[in-house]
Amino acid sequence: MLIFNESSPKRHAKSQIPATLPEVTGIPQNLRRQTAPRLPEVSELQAVRHFTRLSQLNFSIDTQFYPLGSCTMKYNPRGVHALASLENFLQHHPLTPDEHSQGFLQCLYELQEILKAVTGMQGISLAPMAGAQGEFAGVAMIRAYHQARGDHERDEILVPDAAHGTNPASAVMCGYKVHEIKTGKDGDVDIDALKQALGPKTAGIMLTNPSTLGVFERRILEIADLVHKAGGLLYYDGANLNAILGKVRPGDMGFDVMHMNLHKTFATPHGGGGPGAGPVATNERLLPYLPVPIVGKNKDGYYWQGNVDCPQTIGRLSAFMGNAGILLRAHLYARMLGRKGLPRVSCYATLNANYLLARLQEVGYTAAFPKRRASHEFILTLKQEAQDYGITANDVAKRLLDFGIHAPTMYFPLLVPECLLIEPTETESKQQLDAFIDAMQAIRHEMQTNPDQLRTAPHTLPVTRLDDVKAARELDVIYNFAD
Amino acid sequence: MPFIPHTDADVKTMLDAIGVNKIADLFDEIPPELFIDELTSVPSGLNEMELTQLIRKRAKHNKIPTCFIGAGAYEHHIPAAVWQTASRGEFMTAYTPYQAEASQGSLQLIYEFQTMMAELTGMDVANASLYDGATALAEAVLMAVRCNRKSKSKKILMPLSVHPHYRHATHNIVHTQGIELIEVPFDQTQGIINLDALTQYANDDITALVIAQPNFFGNLEHVDELTQWAHEHNILVVSVVNPTSLGLLKPPGLWGKSGADIVCGEGQPLGIPLACGGPYFGFMSCQQQYIRQMPGRIVGRTHDANGKEGFTLTLQAREQHIRRGKAKSNICTNQGLLVTAATIYLSLMGPQGLERVAAHAHANLQQLIAKVTALPDVEILFKAANFHEAVLRFKHPVKDIIKQLGKAGILAGYPLTEYYPELGECLLVCTTETKTDADLEHYVSALAQCLQKHNVNNATECVRSD
Repeated sequence: MLIFNESSPKRHAKSQIPATLPEVTGIPQNLRRQTAPRLPEVSELQAVRHFTRLSQLNFSIDTQFYPLGSCTMKYNPRGVHALASLENFLQHHPLTPDEHSQGFLQCLYELQEILKAVTGMQGISLAPMAGAQGEFAGVAMIRAYHQARGDHERDEILVPDAAHGTNPASAVMCGYKVHEIKTGKDGDVDIDALKQALGPKTAGIMLTNPSTLGVFERRILEIADLVHKAGGLLYYDGANLNAILGKVRPGDMGFDVMHMNLHKTFATPHGGGGPGAGPVATNERLLPYLPVPIVGKNKDGYYWQGNVDCPQTIGRLSAFMGNAGILLRAHLYARMLGRKGLPRVSCYATLNANYLLARLQEVGYTAAFPKRRASHEFILTLKQEAQDYGITANDVAKRLLDFGIHAPTMYFPLLVPECLLIEPTETESKQQLDAFIDAMQAIRHEMQTNPDQLRTAPHTLPVTRLDDVKAARELDVIYNFAD
Repeated sequence: MPFIPHTDADVKTMLDAIGVNKIADLFDEIPPELFIDELTSVPSGLNEMELTQLIRKRAKHNKIPTCFIGAGAYEHHIPAAVWQTASRGEFMTAYTPYQAEASQGSLQLIYEFQTMMAELTGMDVANASLYDGATALAEAVLMAVRCNRKSKSKKILMPLSVHPHYRHATHNIVHTQGIELIEVPFDQTQGIINLDALTQYANDDITALVIAQPNFFGNLEHVDELTQWAHEHNILVVSVVNPTSLGLLKPPGLWGKSGADIVCGEGQPLGIPLACGGPYFGFMSCQQQYIRQMPGRIVGRTHDANGKEGFTLTLQAREQHIRRGKAKSNICTNQGLLVTAATIYLSLMGPQGLERVAAHAHANLQQLIAKVTALPDVEILFKAANFHEAVLRFKHPVKDIIKQLGKAGILAGYPLTEYYPELGECLLVCTTETKTDADLEHYVSALAQCLQKHNVNNATECVRSD
């Protein structure tokens, strides 16, 4: 039932709304609203019960194993959430003068320092509000760099075909053409294709390492060298930073600029699709172009740096300070883990992924790159199963839901047929991984004995498979009050 | 290892299953020269108790004076039920509802949210949110360029009465695509767009006109006339609105004869705490004919294989994960958790609550204006009607006023000296329904004291220099 169907005229949550309606004297009638919006009219209990019940229809990290590849669905510590929700943080207006904001500014300043240490970069701006905005910022900085040098010919960004869809979309938003680079059979970038693509038009390349194929780009130093020699810059998509956190750093690999997804690597909640946070970090070369605001420190304490302090900045990308509360959570998480805890993240994330990969192959599944080590994630391909049993990756994903396990990422990257991208994260126990392996084994057995059970899955969720075609053809995106 | 559950025995069994001796062996494809030593510049880890002690102390250095600043972020009462429900793990720790069957809660909630935003703004359809108000405006401008097929210019009329941060962020996001924002001045007496200032563009090819209601100064624009003028010249209307104000103000869907074309704004006033600047959320709604040009996620209602009603992400062919470089936007994550809170907030407020909140905010401002303008050397700068913010002009430097009132535990307002130096010593002051009569009295008496002190000081200085 929709909340609108629970509504009754003139009912309201009395303790939540002001007791009176004061006379409105200062607004001319022609600017006034004449008909009330049809918002729900429900009691406080009705609202709480409705939304609590809705919540129970969701899978989440708190309730299910969530091995969604490339999304790093790790445990989001409750203590971090509680501390970020302290009144002095929550009720603080973003335009409060610096002298009253020292507690928050100090946390952000420390986060900037920690992120510089783990990325091997020299400068950072916490402003971008999500990975995609971090990408936009980074590419805009590359553009500003070439323009400042009078190098106006470079109008092309190279992107491997395995990249996240946001990479080419961000490059296009910055006014660039996108040139796709093929991936070799072993999962590394095809160096010959790269060499052919590089030239005086190359502004830069966007790479994820480990790539979305779940393998480390082994020739990264050679790639960096080739791109730099051609006059281009290297952008690091930090989506997979969890795989190398505290062990290897993008700055040392030769990358010039990067973003990180704090909602992945630094355990901030994904919130049903955001908020994220996508700070952008850079080496010396692009330092002047970082977006503002940035937190600075002087003898009086911490302060906001804006356009005046950073005259060559690409500017501000949001109304205030990005997703401030998410930055605060990332800071608190990093302080809990500390210098020893951060590298353990990548160690155990990698251990869990390789364990799953080994055991799932034993059970009969096919790795997309069987000769390669898994990073913090890996890909299975169900091409053979599709041929043998008429089963798709989608069928397996949907059937997993019946086992109380969220489906892995499916059909991404696009170049591996019938693929599942699986990322367990470091916070899952061996028992949980074994339960997943058991479920995958049971599903494999069903493929052979009762494939319809997969094709019509899920069977135990609030709804069975939804008709996406109908959803797109007969658009129904807001409630029709006449119904 | 605060959140890693592995025992030594687990590790050994797992390494054996993989066929390696130690965890380090799993990194053997990485060039060895890339490995770093310990992260010496990072502090040692803290357990939850230690972190709590540290951060509680630090939070005290974050002061929360009585807030009379608005300027795009507004203090409102937030019912406890909003965040107690939104913070449930099933909402907070889920991801984007790609697996619709396992995400019916979030999906139905977004469908309800879309309905509420369409109702509030008077538009046909709404999306599932964008990052914040400023980026929502940038996306709305990009969308207007796609929607206005009669215009080739990519020129946007951007009034200077729009929030300066919104104008800057929009410029920074859209300028690389050849879009030009033309600054339109505001009437210095009224503090709103003067229709006469637009007539010079009547014969130009203009793609869209941005109208903020209320505008940055808190003033109410003549939205009907502006919308009519724009539409008569084949210019689309992009409206930026404060959602709370829509409890009182005419929804953009009813502006002029045919309504605004695209509506966007900052959703923070709908149950989202100020929280040092975020996370907030941007919202967007539009006329039905433009839905396929709208960025961001959209949820639709459909049926499952058994004919049972359900919800799913729809029109995904607009989005980056399908269209890559040809997508309508690079946006991927939106602000799901904030939308969850806002949907609960709007359900608790209902139409009556929202109207009362808006009316109290407005009435408090009228009260404050009456009291402060009775003080010597304080004037209200603009004559236009306003919602819950107004510009006050002083004869004294506003930085001193901010400092003095800060000592009295008051955030006096947002100074306009950086972005509008030509206006003189001005503060943008805001009241919401949270301000009591005592708060208003406190503001007025602290201000009176500050101005008096300043006058005495000035007089003494004059005597000295004599």
